[in-house]
Amino acid sequence: MDINIDAIRAEVRTWLADNWDPNLTLVEWRTKLVDTGWGMPEWPEDYFGKDMPPVAVSAIAQEFAEAGAIGVMKSGPRMLAAVTLLAHGNDQQKRRFLRRILTGEDAWCQLFSEPGSGSDLAGSTTRADANGDDLANGNGWKVNGQKVWTTSAHHADYGILLARTDWDVPKHQGLSFFVIDMHQPGVEVRQLRQMNGHASFNEVFFTDAVVPGHFQVGELGQGWQTAMTTLAYERRAVAGNRDAKEDKGRNGTIYGEYREEQAIANEPYTWYPQRAGRVDLVVERARETGKISDPAIRQEIAKLLTMHQSTQWFAGRLSELQKAGKARGPEGSITKLAASNVARLASDVHTAITGIDAMLTGDQSPHDGVIAEILVSVPAVSIAGGTDEIQRNIIAERLLGLPKEPRFDTGPFKDVRRN
Amino acid sequence: MEFSFTAEQDQFRDVLGRFMRDKSPASAVRSLMETDKGFDAEVWQQLCAEQGLAGIHLPEDCGGTGYGPVELAIIMEEQGRALLCSPFMASAVMAGYAILQTGTDDQKRALLPGIADGSTIATLAITEQSGLWRDDDIQLQATKSGDDYVLSGTKRFVVDGQNADLLVVAGRTDAGVSLFTVNAGSEGVTCRVANAMDPTRKLAEIDFSSAPAQLLGVEGGVDLAAIFNAVLIAFANEMVGGAQAMLDSAIEYAKLRVQFGREIGSFQGLKHRFSDLMVDIELAKATAYQAAQHLADGKDATAFASMAKATASEVFRHAAHECIQFHGGIGFTWENDTHLWFKRAKSSEVFLGTPNDHRERMLQAMGI
Ligand SMILES: Cc1cc2nc3c(=O)[nH]c(=O)nc-3n(C[C@H](O)[C@H](O)[C@H](O)COP(=O)(O)OP(=O)(O)OC[C@H]3O[C@@H](n4cnc5c(N)ncnc54)[C@H](O)[C@@H]3O)c2cc1C
Repeated sequence: MDINIDAIRAEVRTWLADNWDPNLTLVEWRTKLVDTGWGMPEWPEDYFGKDMPPVAVSAIAQEFAEAGAIGVMKSGPRMLAAVTLLAHGNDQQKRRFLRRILTGEDAWCQLFSEPGSGSDLAGSTTRADANGDDLANGNGWKVNGQKVWTTSAHHADYGILLARTDWDVPKHQGLSFFVIDMHQPGVEVRQLRQMNGHASFNEVFFTDAVVPGHFQVGELGQGWQTAMTTLAYERRAVAGNRDAKEDKGRNGTIYGEYREEQAIANEPYTWYPQRAGRVDLVVERARETGKISDPAIRQEIAKLLTMHQSTQWFAGRLSELQKAGKARGPEGSITKLAASNVARLASDVHTAITGIDAMLTGDQSPHDGVIAEILVSVPAVSIAGGTDEIQRNIIAERLLGLPKEPRFDTGPFKDVRRN
Repeated sequence: MEFSFTAEQDQFRDVLGRFMRDKSPASAVRSLMETDKGFDAEVWQQLCAEQGLAGIHLPEDCGGTGYGPVELAIIMEEQGRALLCSPFMASAVMAGYAILQTGTDDQKRALLPGIADGSTIATLAITEQSGLWRDDDIQLQATKSGDDYVLSGTKRFVVDGQNADLLVVAGRTDAGVSLFTVNAGSEGVTCRVANAMDPTRKLAEIDFSSAPAQLLGVEGGVDLAAIFNAVLIAFANEMVGGAQAMLDSAIEYAKLRVQFGREIGSFQGLKHRFSDLMVDIELAKATAYQAAQHLADGKDATAFASMAKATASEVFRHAAHECIQFHGGIGFTWENDTHLWFKRAKSSEVFLGTPNDHRERMLQAMGI
């Protein structure tokens, strides 16, 4: 397809000149973005997008940045819900949910992991039972069970939920995918404290929680396939960074509102840059401490910078391949595993650079406590979003084509051994 | 934007890959490596004259096809994968880049067409006792003699030195280091074949005793770092090809070999190592490709060339080691082909500088 980037740039620029107004409210402004498709240009025209190819999307983003214009809301787990609904939701669901995700009016969480099933996600035991016999008349579902490690559930309006609807078939076939309203008596959210002191994830308890029939996403029993879309996106997204846009010094009421919104949305994520290892700080710290002239540490720094840079290059090339439809699918696991390796090495290099001060934490730890936070946050990277071991299984079986492990869980789910 | 190959480049790789597999089965590698010359003249002719591969990175007015470092990278990767025995690295890459970077327009037009069509085999003789490209380590003396020069000294680790017709030699005058061309058949040139651990990459030690030479370009005017970078990037791409061959071979075996009633590839202890290896190889490729693109864009490639070299040589060595391990006892035999690549990997680890050397060079180029 031939696209004229300059023409697209000119079009965005004119549109922004005519429409961007820092004195609108966030929702007013984002409503315009959603209505015109300029907020998610890579999405289909039918659903708040413009069907634009990747090159155009990055050009448009640059124009937005240049104008200081705020984009649609993407923070938190909401995009996991958005891409999944875009792929598997029906027309009505897409219209109802996607718009308010992008305007920032609704926050979402991902209700997948359970105390008894994390890696083995298909072993979920949270149950959704038909609320009466007459599903067709929209009586919907009653949900009971527990989810855990649910990031941002304490901010969420809705969740994407994987629950068991059939116990008599093999585990992968008995799951269905739902949207659940988090503001109801049957849903209880309790924050969990993590080893680094933050509390960004939660336990979520369901007691006869209600899910209307039209909140079921995809076919009954197809929940696993739908969840795979979420997970594939999540693995790919790990290498991308969570970049809160710098908007200091900009005037207009919308910026104030935006800063407030982002502060709330990003509250669970303040430590996320630290868990990725803060490679950006390594050279600065080595200079500060004089370790920059230690040849052994220089080697480690060079290895780290190389691994970090090459991971980004790989992820960049992969996203080009994906956009061109030439990727096989599970390559995101390579990016995810590489990001874990980077984080672990970064933590080691920070420790070597920091030396004895790595014994300190809080404001006594160098760099306003950031160094200690790196050291106690990095272990999350190789667990969240699927562990390193699971990524290795995926690469081995799905990319390298190695034979599967023998399985003990292929019969009806009710007979399968579990926690 | 991140680098990715175009559809034409992907297609070029496919065709090339088939050619390499066809011309360089392990049986061919094995018989060629036992010969002194180490390559098949007929295949070399096809590669150069028919396919124009040796001139891929050379300008059209010098007999090349006018593509660039990215296309060269593809050729190198596929050669490394097939372990094709040829003087490509010495002649097209090392001498080709040296002449392209350093020669006058007339010299380029005189010397490069022969390299591109394969009728001339050239090589680049830089390193001496240390085996490194450090300016200080280049001691070979060049002395003016009439319009030309005479060279005296010894060069070591000259790739395909025994096969070359044309030697491009680094020598020292009062103006510093310059490059010279020497006809390999000249009086005063003595070539000794080195006992190379990797029999698919022939090495020689060459003595020059008042050997007649012509100056390439101007005295003291060589940019060794630029030549080095271009060579390193091509070399890194060759190495990632070798690493991929090792992974492919090990995977194939792991799907066939049965122990304890199941394929060994179904054991998680091996699977996870395979996956880790794939991650490392993919990252090394990303680096090698990006470095080639950087060179093609005409930017200073020092940091990325060294990054690519360090990464590729470590991953190749690791892949070769793992490949032997995954084969078990048979992997340690002469009969199994793994050792062919293993030896290439081991010698590549130190050729043109060790990974540690290159990590340090990279940091310095980044101003760290
Ligand atoms: C910071 C953070 C945020 C999170 N956010 C969310 C969220 O928002 N929503 C959500 O649903 N979940 C979330 N999670 C949960 C996360 O996805 C799970 O913790 C993870 O998938 C692992 O599951 P588990 O904790 O049950 O460990 P287990 O599955 O019990 O794993 C224990 C160990 O066994 C290994 N193991 C398990 N199976 C295999 C196998 N087949 N082969 C080899 N080794 C194996 C694992 O690799 C691990 O080392 C989050 C987790 C963290 C740490």
